Amino acid sequence: MAAASQSRAPVLLVASGAALLCIGSYWGLAKAPAEVYMGDVQRIMYVHVPTAWNAMLALTFAFACAVAFLVTESWKWDNRLEAAIEMGVVLSLLLCTQGAIWAKPTWGVWWDWDPRLTTTAVMVFAFGGILALRAFVDDPMKRAVWSAVACIVAFADVPIVYFSVRWWNSLHQAQSTPETVSKAFHSPLRINAFGILFVCTGLVALRARVAGLRLRSEIAPPLPEQKASGAAARAAGSAS
Amino acid sequence: MRDVLVALRKDLLLQWRGRAQVVAIFTFGAATLLLFSLAIGPDSASLRQHAAGFLWLGLLLASTLSLAEGFEREMEEQALEGLLLLPASARALYFGKAIANCAQLALLGAALVPVTVVLYDAGTTRLLPLGGVILLGTAGLSAPGTLYSAMTAQTRGRHTLLPLLLFPLVVPVLLAAVKATSLLILGDPMGQLRPWASLLAAFAVLHWALGGLLFARVVED
Repeated sequence: MAAASQSRAPVLLVASGAALLCIGSYWGLAKAPAEVYMGDVQRIMYVHVPTAWNAMLALTFAFACAVAFLVTESWKWDNRLEAAIEMGVVLSLLLCTQGAIWAKPTWGVWWDWDPRLTTTAVMVFAFGGILALRAFVDDPMKRAVWSAVACIVAFADVPIVYFSVRWWNSLHQAQSTPETVSKAFHSPLRINAFGILFVCTGLVALRARVAGLRLRSEIAPPLPEQKASGAAARAAGSAS
Repeated sequence: MRDVLVALRKDLLLQWRGRAQVVAIFTFGAATLLLFSLAIGPDSASLRQHAAGFLWLGLLLASTLSLAEGFEREMEEQALEGLLLLPASARALYFGKAIANCAQLALLGAALVPVTVVLYDAGTTRLLPLGGVILLGTAGLSAPGTLYSAMTAQTRGRHTLLPLLLFPLVVPVLLAAVKATSLLILGDPMGQLRPWASLLAAFAVLHWALGGLLFARVVED
């Protein structure tokens, strides 16, 4: 257990992900050709699309952790749930920011009420709310169960949010998949996707470890009375 | 089923005894409608066009007060623990409370309609479909609202947490209910009311099922 918690694998994963991200970004910014209609603005796709994939992956993993916690009641799933929700919220926020940076020169507006944009914004608030709930509950068991329940409810809500906004209004271009993207753009896109995946996986593992340590301090029994009084007596003795 | 009816009777009785609170929540909803109309200005065409949106926003804001109240009463004198000791399933308690919340919100929505008609000149003669939309919309609000108020009533900062958790979740209810009510007020030449009402129904079914499935874990752990 001690060896596992000391494992350097997450750090190595983050480092290798960062290296991949550097290679992919250099390729995307300097080597890959510019897109015919959008020009250099399109190059934000090399981080935007992988961020979108990984944000969905992180929140899906959070949902899996929530279900696993309610079934097994093993604390490791609660630790992973906390880490995955945080990662999902951060990636979704990054996604909205990158989208706004791309939308201004392309659509002429920072924001549009398009289904995917609005759904991502709703996910930020829905899962951000769960993080706030965690911060307000002191009892570890209640915190774990409630955030797992809230995570399942919020995740089940995502498709309905998406379809309701899609019926309401639509402007976003078709989803980017290898079929809709030119072959010249594939390599940097894939390298960055794996780069962000490795960085996120490493960070989620490290964050889950931190959550585990905090949990250990929360549910640890209080220091025995005897030891505290013994220490006080020793201190008094040495002072006299 | 009998347990659900007994729980519902208990919650409706509690609401009846605390009816001063219901009147206060209605006054809050009517006040928000008045404030929203001031934000638009005196242009009657704009007021009419935005009436449905403001009606549902007023109802949504008022619903957080009403939903929070439902479980705060159960926290007094540890009433919830007493309820859980009864030989009735937590699921029955959930459905009883959620139906009572839905009834209270639907009543509140119905009471806010005349206020909207007066302030926004947004009347409709299609009262039965309007009643149906209000019922489906409030069913969608009360199912996750009851589940979340059970959690937040037991925490610090409960008045902040309930809207924080509930508002992003009920975006589909807000969109569909506003669209459906707008179609009833402004006319529905393309026959779009049915798909929006179906969306409201789908949301309500999903969240009532999830609530019934997960509520026991929220109150029993």
